[in-house]
Amino acid sequence: MRLTCPLCGERDRREFYYYGAEDYLHRPSEGAPLAEWDNYLHLRDNPAGVTKDLWYHEAGCSQWLLVTRNTVTHESSAVELVAERKA
Amino acid sequence: MRYSGLKVITEGLFGNKGWKPAWREPSPKAEYDMVIIGGGGHGLSTAYYLARNHGITNVAVLEKGYLGGGNVGRNTTIVRANYFLPGNSEFYSHSLKLWEGLESELNYNVMHSQRGLINLFHSDGQRDAFVRRGNAMINQGDDAILLDREGVREHLPYLDFDNTRFPIYGGLLHPRGGSARHDAVAWGYARGADRRGVDLIQNCEVTGIDIEGGVVKGVQTTRGVIRAKKVGIVVAGRSSQVAAMAGMRLPIESHILQAFVTEGLKPVINHVVSFGMGHFYISQSDKGGLVFGGDLDFYASYAARGNLPMVEHVMEAGMTLMPMIGRAKVLRSWGGIMDMSPDGSPVIDRTHVEGLYLNCGWNYGGFKAVPASGWCMAHLMATGEPHEVARKFRLDRFSTGHLLDEEGTGSQHNLH
Ligand SMILES: Cc1cc2nc3c(=O)[nH]c(=O)nc-3n(C[C@H](O)[C@H](O)[C@H](O)COP(=O)(O)OP(=O)(O)OC[C@H]3O[C@@H](n4cnc5c(N)ncnc54)[C@H](O)[C@@H]3O)c2cc1C
Ligand SMILES: [Zn+2]
Repeated sequence: MRLTCPLCGERDRREFYYYGAEDYLHRPSEGAPLAEWDNYLHLRDNPAGVTKDLWYHEAGCSQWLLVTRNTVTHESSAVELVAERKA
Repeated sequence: MRYSGLKVITEGLFGNKGWKPAWREPSPKAEYDMVIIGGGGHGLSTAYYLARNHGITNVAVLEKGYLGGGNVGRNTTIVRANYFLPGNSEFYSHSLKLWEGLESELNYNVMHSQRGLINLFHSDGQRDAFVRRGNAMINQGDDAILLDREGVREHLPYLDFDNTRFPIYGGLLHPRGGSARHDAVAWGYARGADRRGVDLIQNCEVTGIDIEGGVVKGVQTTRGVIRAKKVGIVVAGRSSQVAAMAGMRLPIESHILQAFVTEGLKPVINHVVSFGMGHFYISQSDKGGLVFGGDLDFYASYAARGNLPMVEHVMEAGMTLMPMIGRAKVLRSWGGIMDMSPDGSPVIDRTHVEGLYLNCGWNYGGFKAVPASGWCMAHLMATGEPHEVARKFRLDRFSTGHLLDEEGTGSQHNLH
């Protein structure tokens, strides 16, 4: 698998560190009910198909990336910089 | 039909014409007392123990493909009871005891071979951790022997003892650890369940779960509606999809784990050897192939094949540990879909739906668990209460903080 970093271009999978599902971008506020933290930390849609997840371009530009990809075919269709996403 | 040495000889003398299929091919009935979704190791053993331990035989196992086509037929077959945490320790201990009687229990040769498992360590800190683990195993009633460097050399003279990056300080030997024939375990349980009256229904994918007023009523399948008083979800890597049919979102992420086998060689590796620092482990099958593997590919995936970087990494680790295998030719590599939980431990529990039970989160260690998981899942479904040795495998432990993080790596699905 290769990912296309918006800053560095198409790179080998080995340059990236996988963190987990997009859920990690939705950190609950302090004092949020436990169920929200459980959702954030543990529960996952885990789709067989298109998903969005977080990758860190460790051996490249050190940016966090939000990758849209297919978990069945390993094709990735979009890669965004997390830093440039509107909240 | 009972299998025996005498039977093999007489069949051999009379042209092998007397063998019968090991199980029936029934059409699904309209209704069962219990339905098990998933004909892998855990689903089949659940059905077997429902019949054997609880006398519940009006049971169907629904399998979307063929029996044993999932992870139960794709794994590297290590069977061990070297867990550390209370909750895991007694469960895997129970499982190993069931393994030790499995062949006579099932009247089936599952080729369980207690050839000894050696986990290598490479630093003082790692030695301390292994001493602690060994003591936990002994306290649980299982066996563990600490080997120093020379002790390892006696067992595994072919390792590279001159490696300076990961010098071999010693190893933890678990003499009752070993391996088994994965397909035979699935087939043995399938035959045993079938003989006790369980219907094994293949090519039958569950596409929906019928729930009325919070109570399970049955399942929708590609072979029609099947009603049931109780339903067990036992689908390993597909747990999230099937649980979603009951409106659940699980603490599971599916990941790929790869494995490899070489051409058949003369006996050379007598044990199961694991080299944790290099993410590598190896054993030799009875056919002579070296069976080995490493870590996850580390990202969520449902493709039953892996990526090349992990292939390279595993080969490098193998060469680092035992350069002698460098000339063996790899015949095949493959991947399986692992149901990774945030703490690396499984779930055997009720759900919010009455009569619906969940068995999942086996990560890459669920083969050794097949006997005890079926035993405990059957107990739960038959009595409504968790079995003593599986009582910590709760679905709500993530929200309550009672994690069973055997490796101490934290709440992230791909870190175990
Ligand atoms: C490469 C590799 C190496 C491994 N090595 C080891 C090891 O050395 N030791 C160890 O203990 N464990 C090991 N494991 C882990 C072990 O194989 C799994 O944890 C275990 O097999 C999972 O349980 P199972 O046998 O029930 O799963 P499976 O055999 O995958 O069974 C699940 C079944 O459910 C079926 N199913 C899914 N969805 C549906 C549906 N909607 N309707 C009907 N049926 C459905 C599937 O077709 C499948 O047959 C390894 C796994 C892999 C991939
Ligand atoms: Zn980059």
